[in-house]
Amino acid sequence: MAVQPASTEIATRTASIIQEFKALEGPLLPILHGVQGEFGYVPQEALHVIADELNLSRAEVHGVASFYHDYRKEPGGRHVLKVCQAEACQSMGSDTTTARIKQLLGIDFHETAKDGSVTLEPVYCLGLCACSPSAMLDGEVIGRLDNEKIDEIVEAVRS
Amino acid sequence: MIPRIFIPDDSGAVALGADKVAKAIEKELKERGIEAKIVRNGSRGAYFLEPMVEVACDAGRVAYGPVKVSDIKGLFDSGFLKGSHHKRWLGDPAKIPFLAKQTRLTFARCGITDPLSLDAYERHSGLKGLRKAIAMQPADIVKQVTDSGLRGRGGAGFPTGIKWKTVLDTPADQKYIVCNADEGDSATFADRMIMEGDPFVLIEGMAIAGIATGATKGYIYIRSEYPHAVAKMNRAVEIARKAGVLGVKVLGSAHAFDMEVRVGAGAYVCGEETSLLNSLEGKRGVVRAKPPLPAIQGLFGKPTVINNVISLASVPIVMDKGAEYYRDFGMGRSRGTIPIQIAGNVKHGGLFETAFGLTLGEIVDDIGGGTASGRPVKAVQVGGPLGAYFPRSLFDTPFDYEEFAKRDGLIGHAGITVFDDSADMLKMARFAMEFCAVESCGKCTPCRVGAVRGTETIDRIAAGIEPEKNLTLVTDLCNTMKFGSLCALGGFTPYPVMSALTHFPEDFKPAPVRVAAE
Repeated sequence: MAVQPASTEIATRTASIIQEFKALEGPLLPILHGVQGEFGYVPQEALHVIADELNLSRAEVHGVASFYHDYRKEPGGRHVLKVCQAEACQSMGSDTTTARIKQLLGIDFHETAKDGSVTLEPVYCLGLCACSPSAMLDGEVIGRLDNEKIDEIVEAVRS
Repeated sequence: MIPRIFIPDDSGAVALGADKVAKAIEKELKERGIEAKIVRNGSRGAYFLEPMVEVACDAGRVAYGPVKVSDIKGLFDSGFLKGSHHKRWLGDPAKIPFLAKQTRLTFARCGITDPLSLDAYERHSGLKGLRKAIAMQPADIVKQVTDSGLRGRGGAGFPTGIKWKTVLDTPADQKYIVCNADEGDSATFADRMIMEGDPFVLIEGMAIAGIATGATKGYIYIRSEYPHAVAKMNRAVEIARKAGVLGVKVLGSAHAFDMEVRVGAGAYVCGEETSLLNSLEGKRGVVRAKPPLPAIQGLFGKPTVINNVISLASVPIVMDKGAEYYRDFGMGRSRGTIPIQIAGNVKHGGLFETAFGLTLGEIVDDIGGGTASGRPVKAVQVGGPLGAYFPRSLFDTPFDYEEFAKRDGLIGHAGITVFDDSADMLKMARFAMEFCAVESCGKCTPCRVGAVRGTETIDRIAAGIEPEKNLTLVTDLCNTMKFGSLCALGGFTPYPVMSALTHFPEDFKPAPVRVAAE
């Protein structure tokens, strides 16, 4: 697992992210994106800082952070692998490719490998539906997944 | 002339190796000491040919594809910079049948120009629509859009001009143009392609919408699953702002309009317009009850035009060429063109822009070329996860909003997923319920609870537990969801479920019987 920063440090770094986006109309999502970008997840300690600065209740901020699939409550792995589970990918056998990925990485969806190398997540459509099945590794898109490409992915996350 | 090499940086092409191909070509140019300019264009949408590399030489544009890194040396050896023959040679891209058969209005430039070159955009008729709009009265712009017959391409099919008129007629100190780029439906990628391949057309469409309705601020809400589109749109907005296309004086006129890109956070329901507005405001993406309509009380309670990417990107050509020009394409009340996205288990997958009216069979068999697996087509889902599954017997349905509705389906955002005969329709029906349960915003009980109960009930059918009773229960549940949910998530999940049940009843027979029957 990645080392989690101390809460005072989280508060300081969160405060500077808030300053960057506070002037926007409806700044909460951009701030939460900023926080996740900074820490790799949205730490509990950041929520009350955001709530204070935006004059919201902590419950409201928690409500928003927990509503969206993107915001993680705890740190993810060094790599994040998202594998598409939507219909177009299913039509091209994503069930089989997904099972293989899970088996090779030894983890299920929403889990992080014990060595902290990779977090596996389902995604419902990457807009690569004419090149199914598809996946995204750290923001890089991969189409027409096959055994060879899966092996490359597994090697990349382990190295 | 220095040859120009076009290599798409569209996500779909990149997912198939376009970046690696670009690097290999760059390296080869250097090693051979050849001078050439590499342009990263959008995709023309023929994904079965991606990465498709094009060379602009004395012979015009010559395409090669699908190009692999291992092909590069051979391409250079055979003289592809002069358009010479090679096993990957496709010739003039405009004559490739998949592309030649299309009517490209909205996607006229996509895959042809450098997406971030405003010069190239203008050379290919860009900004003409905006210039004409600036010289017109707002009400006349709205009338032209209304007369074109353009309807919301996001799925609901509501006339774009009518929405605009409501916003124009609602006085307010601030109005907004919101572009719905939360393209979450499986089988759809038209929004992504236009944002990555011709972002200025969307900016132009939004600026026209602003001038037409008196809105000075625009937001493009892009889903976070599209990082490439987000990056491209951000750069395009910056370029447009620098060039004076956006700002306090749009193209030197008295109109002010500027825009911002916002990124979603992985909630499918935010593709629903009122959820999207809540999300933009920094709230949970929960659906709002209508009325009030967003056109009257939308973003931050202000009058708001909220349109899909393709609706807005179709406006510039309507303004440039006139309402009649656009309206003359299509059939019935479905006017103009529609970018059909052919996806899933299909031989020729990609984007096919055409006038409304082709039959589903023509799209799947003739254009799509049947399945990629070579097995028979069993079903096609039209309109994304909330669209109905159509069997072969309904392949004579013309691609038209009303014709699909008549057959208990919808065209939605015009995505088509093809399934071969290995598809298990009970499993697909279960998936539709499960997806609804995962993505429900939680506001309406029929959607929030119904989807969970629906999944469980379909599981019981699969297990052979009181199948007759449980099928009746699913049907009843679908009826409740359809009429008892505020938005399309709960309201339309019954489409895939009921169509699977109606057209493929054999897949819902209990497992032991299915085995015995084989």
